Amino acid sequence: MTLVAPQPSGANMAPDSPTVLTVDRLTVSVRTETGLHPLVSDLSFNVKRGETLAIAGESGSGKSITSLAIMGLLPPPAVRVTAGRIALGTNDLTAMPEDAMRRIRGDRIAMIFQEPMSSLNPVLTIGTQLAEAIRAHQDVSWAKARTRAIAALASVRLSDPERRMAQFPHELSGGMRQRVMIAMALVLRPEVLIADEPTTALDVTVQREVLDLLRDLQRESGTAIILITHDMGVVAEMADRVIVMKSGRMVEEAPVARLFKAPSAPYTRDLLAAVPRMGTRTDSADPAATRTPAPHVAQLSDVVVRFPLKSGVLGRISGHVHAVEHVSFDILKGETFSLVGESGCGKSTIAKAIVGLVPHAGRIKVADQELKGLDTAGQKALRRRVQMVFQDPMAALNPRMRVGDLIAEPLLIHGFGTPESRRVEATNLMLRVGLSKDQMDRYPHEFSGGQRQRICIARALALKPDLIIADESVSALDVSVQARVLALMRELQQEMGMAYLFISHDMAVVDTISDRVAVMYLGQIVEMGTRAQVFGNPQHAYTRRLIDAVPVPDPTHRRGQRLQVSDEISSPIYAPNQHPKRVTLHDIGAGHMLAED
Amino acid sequence: MADIMADTARAPQTVLRRLVLRRLAVFGFVLIMIVVSGAVFAPWIAPYAPEEQLFDGLTLEGAPLPPDARFIMGTDLLGRDLFSRILYGAQTSLVIGIVANSLALLIGTLVGITAGFFRGWIGATLMRFTDLMMAFPALLLAICLAAIFKPSLWIVALVIALVNWVQTARVIYTETTSLATRDFIAAERTLGASTGRILFRHILPHLVPTIIVWGTLGISTTVLLEATLSFLGVGVQPPTPSWGNIIFENQTYFQAAPWLVFIPGAAIILLALAFNLVGDALRDVLDPTQRGRD
Repeated sequence: MTLVAPQPSGANMAPDSPTVLTVDRLTVSVRTETGLHPLVSDLSFNVKRGETLAIAGESGSGKSITSLAIMGLLPPPAVRVTAGRIALGTNDLTAMPEDAMRRIRGDRIAMIFQEPMSSLNPVLTIGTQLAEAIRAHQDVSWAKARTRAIAALASVRLSDPERRMAQFPHELSGGMRQRVMIAMALVLRPEVLIADEPTTALDVTVQREVLDLLRDLQRESGTAIILITHDMGVVAEMADRVIVMKSGRMVEEAPVARLFKAPSAPYTRDLLAAVPRMGTRTDSADPAATRTPAPHVAQLSDVVVRFPLKSGVLGRISGHVHAVEHVSFDILKGETFSLVGESGCGKSTIAKAIVGLVPHAGRIKVADQELKGLDTAGQKALRRRVQMVFQDPMAALNPRMRVGDLIAEPLLIHGFGTPESRRVEATNLMLRVGLSKDQMDRYPHEFSGGQRQRICIARALALKPDLIIADESVSALDVSVQARVLALMRELQQEMGMAYLFISHDMAVVDTISDRVAVMYLGQIVEMGTRAQVFGNPQHAYTRRLIDAVPVPDPTHRRGQRLQVSDEISSPIYAPNQHPKRVTLHDIGAGHMLAED
Repeated sequence: MADIMADTARAPQTVLRRLVLRRLAVFGFVLIMIVVSGAVFAPWIAPYAPEEQLFDGLTLEGAPLPPDARFIMGTDLLGRDLFSRILYGAQTSLVIGIVANSLALLIGTLVGITAGFFRGWIGATLMRFTDLMMAFPALLLAICLAAIFKPSLWIVALVIALVNWVQTARVIYTETTSLATRDFIAAERTLGASTGRILFRHILPHLVPTIIVWGTLGISTTVLLEATLSFLGVGVQPPTPSWGNIIFENQTYFQAAPWLVFIPGAAIILLALAFNLVGDALRDVLDPTQRGRD
């Protein structure tokens, strides 16, 4: 045990630790009509005891297929291992029959998935599921399994483990569920733990807790971790060694420090360059602060959105979700205004209220007009001025319509032009967002994720709006694609002068694109100001917590104080006659607004 | 092959072409055409009138004749030529199968899509009414309706439609509610698209596969429901033949004269199968997200 190593994790790993898992020239192929098509080709690596190996790559790189191949969970019958071997100790996993494999899964190799809610059975208690996992592999009594399950829950630092045992998955928060999954995975002390995007679905502060926990548990148990992720920040914080994959092949393998300092493959260099980083923007003169007051395109004052919760057969209102509470802000012409916050903070609800998808109280003015109180034609005219780009472009495009028709549709709805002129306009828009003319008659499923988001942007541009609301619009994209889409958005803004309301949970992306930022917590804005003010000089405790929690894509980065793990479920739900405490914003200089507690 | 498909599929007129490339669909289509032309040209094809009781259509003991060279499908208990009756019966069965079924689909789809899209009190009222109809014994309802109106082929079709729309409405309702919450519908709303446009341009096309499946499944059930009604005396009135009532008239003699049940039964099964095959192929061909995968 050496304690001097500078690595953040696995620091106590002896250099000559035994290898627990060897993957040797693995090829996984899918059978199609045109023959075998490789998904992973010729991949070799090994994992030592106590080590964290990160497999990084963008979607379609074959990283998840690799993990499924190790688990023996490749979707039959089309996908299978066609060459190479996977050795766990002395066992060749690829040659093992299914029932032998089943004994190994969960016992010697465990896996945690991205979405903890769908990995837990919603109708069984946490305790039952944990105890079952133990009893599936070891011949112990229920009572004994229960005791061990409680100990496992305590080890993942869940408060009151006895009570958790009797709870159902929906009673826990996302982070707590993921900790339950970790407890379940580690309870049998597996030699290898495969974590497939374990924190991707979690909020950034929760991600921090889960990563810290994984690292501590590894230190105690010596389990080897294969961490599969697209997030280079997570890689930098967790990994000892990194494999970068692209299109099913290994592009580079290196210790984490060397990979970030001196990547040898061009692809790795591009990938690292595309990663958005916080605090790297160095525009000294803050444009928003110095600019003369531009006219505003949207004004929100005292906006409140509450959803009633009904219970019983008579639909009695038993409480309200206070999604948005007294939010006020302006969006100026040509600027990018960002709303950041964790899931459930009400940022998307604000977007929906602006476009009229949810009813609200308070005033929302677009171009000095309120949507409420206008007649149908007036509402339609006002809708033209605000367009929205959604998070998942596949879901936001009607899969049964041709792309050209989809882009021309806004013009058709508002009765602009003739079919020919609309088609010409759609062609121009396609070209403008970087697609080609001959793709007009294709359907959305024939495009990649980034291209689909470009289609959505083209669609939003068709009506030449004053404001485009981008609700997590780049969150589902790979980093290199994300960087290109962000660049396109900035370019279009300079060209056409519309404002963006940019909604995101990703602090680094917000930092790179915004002029002004508002931080939301449980339906209220707690801090608002220019980007430099909020990220350069964060004043509110919550803002600081958010910024601190962001994984930094730099393995030499030393993190300050550890976050406290909390099992409190903060929720915006209140009984009918109760209200959350209303915060008031005060100007602490140059338009930097801060909530007073 | 895949290349040809990808290229040609882009033009809408090739839907037919792509259907032709599916052998099973062509088989189904041919079957349907045979039945249709049999029904249309029955007066010319049929060797005898369907009601004509032939003197030599029975054995000396009065038993029906099995298929032979003269009566290719045999004769029934009254000495009528079964082949002629099957041909004329096809007219009835097709009208019931197609008209009643389409009407049921139309009502079911409209009710389901309206209830599913608007929810609220409109949806609640419509769906509670649907549940009520579902809870009501279909046969009893059909008998009541048929007893009120003077029985005729078209009334029978109407009655069957009024009984059969509920299942479709339920399924369409469920699908519409889930479609209505999808992002692309929200996107349409933010564009300011009218309700009619969202319903018919964006939601309805996604319901086509379901409608086709229910439509093809419904063919056999409606034909059999018509047979049941006819058997109970409130359906198609004898001596007008329909495939259903041929089975019911003769079912008690199944052991002695199996062809009397077997032949019309096979006709119903084949017709339902044919519609299913064509429906399946249509569903795939009309779905652009399936392109390049067939």
